[in-house]
Amino acid sequence: MSEGLGEEVKTNPQGDVITAAPAPTKEAKKGAAAQRVVDPDYLFLQAPREKTFITGSEAAKEAIRRANVDVAISYPITPQSETMQQVGYLYAEGYVKDYYRGEEEYGVMSAIAGASRSGVRCLSATAGPGLMRGLEVISSWPGGRLPAVLLIMCRVINAPLAIQPDNVELSYMLNTGCLLFHAENQQDFYDYSLAAFMIGEKPEVTLPVAVAVDGFFVTHARGWVSLPAADIKLPPRDCYHEAVPMMDNENPPIRISRDAPIQKSNFISYQMHASWQQEIWAAQERSRKWIDRWLGGLIEVVNPKAKIMIVASGSAVSQSREAVRQAAEQGLEVGLVKIKSVRPFPADEVRAALDHAEKIIVPEFNYVGWLAKEVKSTIRGSERVISGPRVFGGMSMPTELILEYIMGTPNRR
Amino acid sequence: MALETVRVSPGFQKFLPKEYQDLVENGPFTKERKVSELGSFKEILEEHPMCAGCAMTLFIRVALLALPSVENSVIIGTAGCGRLALSQAAIPFVYGNYGDTNAVASGLKRGLSVRFKDKPKDVIVMAGDGGLADIGFSAVMHSWFRKEKFTTVMLDNEVYGNTGGQESGMTQKGMVLKMAPNGKKFEKMDMIGLAKTSGVAYIARIAPTNPTRVATTIRKAVLIAREVGPTYIQAYTSCNIEYAIPTPKVMDDARMVEKDRYGFMEYFTDEAKAYWEKTEADRRKLKGPAEKAESQETK
Repeated sequence: MSEGLGEEVKTNPQGDVITAAPAPTKEAKKGAAAQRVVDPDYLFLQAPREKTFITGSEAAKEAIRRANVDVAISYPITPQSETMQQVGYLYAEGYVKDYYRGEEEYGVMSAIAGASRSGVRCLSATAGPGLMRGLEVISSWPGGRLPAVLLIMCRVINAPLAIQPDNVELSYMLNTGCLLFHAENQQDFYDYSLAAFMIGEKPEVTLPVAVAVDGFFVTHARGWVSLPAADIKLPPRDCYHEAVPMMDNENPPIRISRDAPIQKSNFISYQMHASWQQEIWAAQERSRKWIDRWLGGLIEVVNPKAKIMIVASGSAVSQSREAVRQAAEQGLEVGLVKIKSVRPFPADEVRAALDHAEKIIVPEFNYVGWLAKEVKSTIRGSERVISGPRVFGGMSMPTELILEYIMGTPNRR
Repeated sequence: MALETVRVSPGFQKFLPKEYQDLVENGPFTKERKVSELGSFKEILEEHPMCAGCAMTLFIRVALLALPSVENSVIIGTAGCGRLALSQAAIPFVYGNYGDTNAVASGLKRGLSVRFKDKPKDVIVMAGDGGLADIGFSAVMHSWFRKEKFTTVMLDNEVYGNTGGQESGMTQKGMVLKMAPNGKKFEKMDMIGLAKTSGVAYIARIAPTNPTRVATTIRKAVLIAREVGPTYIQAYTSCNIEYAIPTPKVMDDARMVEKDRYGFMEYFTDEAKAYWEKTEADRRKLKGPAEKAESQETK
């Protein structure tokens, strides 16, 4: 367990440090032991913070450091690998109680399903093709009422093979029943990931939460992140106050099966499955008050009265903010609606924010335009929506491109 | 332990379902029951929907009886005939996705180990040949390589019984079954050999011809998994429907197959052997007359 934890720093022939992070020191191990549990409100909203300039992967690591995670299960895939190897260091330092590299994503997501059923707080992360491989299991987590946090570092889905950023994979997550937050930057990735544990474990929610971020643009780039002290952490998972019994055989000896096969050809079976599905989506809705409380709402609105409004999530928000600034330089007021929570989708908030808009632009980092479809299906007057600009396959989104859509309607579909 | 975590107010005990009262008072919780006592107490498995004459049901019934700590056991299954019975037993049962049993068990066991440091929680995978050797193969192998501390029991009926009789990797070469219209093209998978190669601590091959031996084998596997590492039991549990075995002849078939190619064998790693010998020596020291009588049954 403690192999490779020496003080020696290994380098390659070019002199570069081989590990992505320094090996844990004895001092670091003391840090984990010294952590104290604090109230989530204090950790999220009140604790004094200091600014640090770190990558998205490091921001995730800092969230996990304070998350009191019991079991973390990893499998490498670019651009996610660095985060879960950093979590490995946290395990070596004592911040995470158990950790291993699984066989592949189907096995990893299944093991998360097992760990969550046991009543512990658990974490995994993946990207693009890895998410596709694990999707059968991930789609079954909500039905199992399994709180867990899955970090998604968005990446192109094959084919052709590529590792570049593209968030089309989130369109596959929309109908799983998992909560889905989409982080704009490194700060969001820290905040959303940490809050996700508490939101998903709330008794009235009891659901898995996926926190997505656009790969490379955020994971491998540095940004300013305000962090509270490292000596505080979340309370542990309180599994006996959740919606379903744990699979720990601490219940009365009666014939209960949390995972009962409901496969009979009779109306009671159909009704059971139907009501179970309805309950999952109702539980999603019940998460809203906690997203409001800890993440400051499901959306953020800039220039709420502007006649031209942009709606965006993830990295497209950062590009849109700059486009809004540049448009203002040209004397044009443009508004922005940032979607923080994709599931539950902030339908009422989006409708209210866009009610007055004459033109709505939805820039996205994917070909299919899943966010534009969400917006169109939510608001009155969907002809106001211009589904674009859209870039994909790893392309970046110059602010000029967004400005073109603001000023005109190129490539209107 | 289940009977302590949730307590029933004394005044309300008589209003609880009769089944609950029977299970608590007469079931195998907190007390070891013997195969010879089957039928005289409230069992973990009752009113299952399995086919008449199903050898798998007998095996499961005995296996559940043999668990060393019923009140601290969790069973994991997958699609297949076995879970039709297991999901109606009075032990928490996890039914996840197809082929995920050993991955789910890995996470579950680790999670339980985090939460219950001073109380052994036994995780037992019980699934069919298709679930473990075909679709679940990767998860099975990697749980063994990682030395995960739980027991895997293969209910080997050499066919996909629940889906209507398709050939599996554990089917004998040449058998004509659905999806193998010209006969199976390759040999029955050597999961026991693979288990040895993977470093599984205790391996057994067994047919349900001797219920007491089934019970002792299960108990051994669960206890060794608790302390040493992964254990594997491969049990011949014929499908009398798909292999057209007349109901009264099911045990005759089991005896014939046992003699032909499914004879009892067990294998220990050195570490497992040392642990088991010590455990048995300690047990003999504490043995009372009743247990001596039970050990006579196995001879």
